[in-house]
Amino acid sequence: MTSLTDLGVAAIRDGVRDGAFSAREVAEAFVGAVEKGRLLNAFVVETPERALSAADAADEARAIDALKPLSGVPLGIKDLFATKGVQTTAGSRILEGFEPVYESTVSARLFAAGAGMLGKLNMDEFAMGSSNETSGYGPVISPWRRSDGGNAPLAPGGSSGGSAAAVAGRLCPGATGTDTGGSIRQPAAFVGISGIKPTYGRCSRWGIVAFASSLDQAGPMARDVRDCAILLEAMSGFDPKDATSLDLPVPRWETNLDADLKGKRVGIPREYRIDGVSEDIGRVWDQGIAWLKDAGAEIVEVSLPHTRYALPAYYIIAPAEASSNLARYDGVRYGRRVQPEQGGLADMYEATRAAGFGAEVKRRIMIGTYVLSAGFYDAYFNRAQKVRALIARDFEEVWKEADLLLTPTAPSAAFALGEKSADPIAMYLNDVFAVPASLAGLPAMSVPAGVDGQGLPLGLQIVGKALDEQGVLDAGLAIEQRAGFTYRPEAWW
Amino acid sequence: MSVDKHIVRHIAKLARIAVSDDEVAALAPELSNILGWIEQLQEVDVAGVEPMTAVIPNRLRLRDDVVTEGGIQADVLRNAPAAEHGFFAVPKVIE
Repeated sequence: MTSLTDLGVAAIRDGVRDGAFSAREVAEAFVGAVEKGRLLNAFVVETPERALSAADAADEARAIDALKPLSGVPLGIKDLFATKGVQTTAGSRILEGFEPVYESTVSARLFAAGAGMLGKLNMDEFAMGSSNETSGYGPVISPWRRSDGGNAPLAPGGSSGGSAAAVAGRLCPGATGTDTGGSIRQPAAFVGISGIKPTYGRCSRWGIVAFASSLDQAGPMARDVRDCAILLEAMSGFDPKDATSLDLPVPRWETNLDADLKGKRVGIPREYRIDGVSEDIGRVWDQGIAWLKDAGAEIVEVSLPHTRYALPAYYIIAPAEASSNLARYDGVRYGRRVQPEQGGLADMYEATRAAGFGAEVKRRIMIGTYVLSAGFYDAYFNRAQKVRALIARDFEEVWKEADLLLTPTAPSAAFALGEKSADPIAMYLNDVFAVPASLAGLPAMSVPAGVDGQGLPLGLQIVGKALDEQGVLDAGLAIEQRAGFTYRPEAWW
Repeated sequence: MSVDKHIVRHIAKLARIAVSDDEVAALAPELSNILGWIEQLQEVDVAGVEPMTAVIPNRLRLRDDVVTEGGIQADVLRNAPAAEHGFFAVPKVIE
């Protein structure tokens, strides 16, 4: 028999329903995997009691025929989601010890659907990073290793690196992630799992620690497309507490999954063929094109002329929003306080923020403060918002010729810890393919498609029109069925 | 755009982050690099383009101006580093 920790969300849900195993057995297996997986540093807080009590509730519900959509499924929750009574740090030391008195809408929805919580997942500090190295709680180590035998510890990607490592390492069957400029898709690609960022506004941002509010979106990370569809359905829905929440019904994404792409036009944006991308990436991309053709899609070459300006525009807009959002960490209402002797209120603010924030967060706050400051607002922030409008317009034009887009998720496979941490711009370039869809608020997902010469996973990204998560998931499923991605990291931990 | 130490100190002051001399020396070239890279946006023709303010057209909703959640003073103060007499406590501001 396969180990229970090899099962995904759908298999656990169905197995509990059919009585193949109890929810308690599943929860115990994953609690054990979390304990055994501590070397990965994927969890900041473990909550075995929460996973076990939800499992017991699921087993009781089954006995009275009252199972819920996620009964028996234990999940990992990214530490950006406020969880009532359970420490929530956003990967930052400035929030160490912070125990919210409320629950985020997304995690509340998952728990209301019967899911349990295995713990809070490590992440880049305030979701600012692409490698998990900016976490205040130490980097997450990817479960993957290169086949060269060197055993260099690899980055799981970021910012949802704990979510990625935990799902790939079979520490949990699924996890929540958040994506501001690729933070679900890039880590999913790095560890060979699936992850979807829905249309901006599908998932409530209420109770998610804010980074860049016009970009932040929650989404699921899991081992296959169906599991993503199941989790996304439970996470989505209108929430009056989020002013940008979409007041629309949640489609039945899982039920409607259909890998037949006849009649669909898939665009291949020529601007995504950039220099400095490995041959392996191009090979997997070409393979993906062939797979979608095989699934019935028509392939069309398209152009998104402002693509190269997406990343620099993002690195004005996101830091600008972050500098405003992170002004709240001042040592007054929650989190850490550092009070210099003889110092006044302003000294307390400055000392608290100097001690509590890491280097990358300080860098981005300062960039954001600068581009919003008097005399620079028009030249930087306003111009970036205009470029953002042009990027969104590019997509609008492309949708006249195509229904979906297929691109690589990231420009490389996972890199080693420390390899890029000295050069911020090299690190930012990781998200070159992910950021345009974020700026335009479009649904986008990464699915594993193959491995590179070192045996490391490579992902393909599908971008869809606003609200067409179904189209994105369907194309993801078509790739998944043809890629036959069965690689998995060998457990060395 | 070249950022010198004077500008770094000014931004740090605006951002309320204390910085040491060593940090200022390290941040000046880092921020210059990033801002220099961002500079490429100046070559985009944005004449007549309105800045984007919402990714999905979505009219902001209004609600009645009434208390929706109240009476949770203890909860609000629970995570405060210092609270006194039902208030957040800060160092003395007025002598």
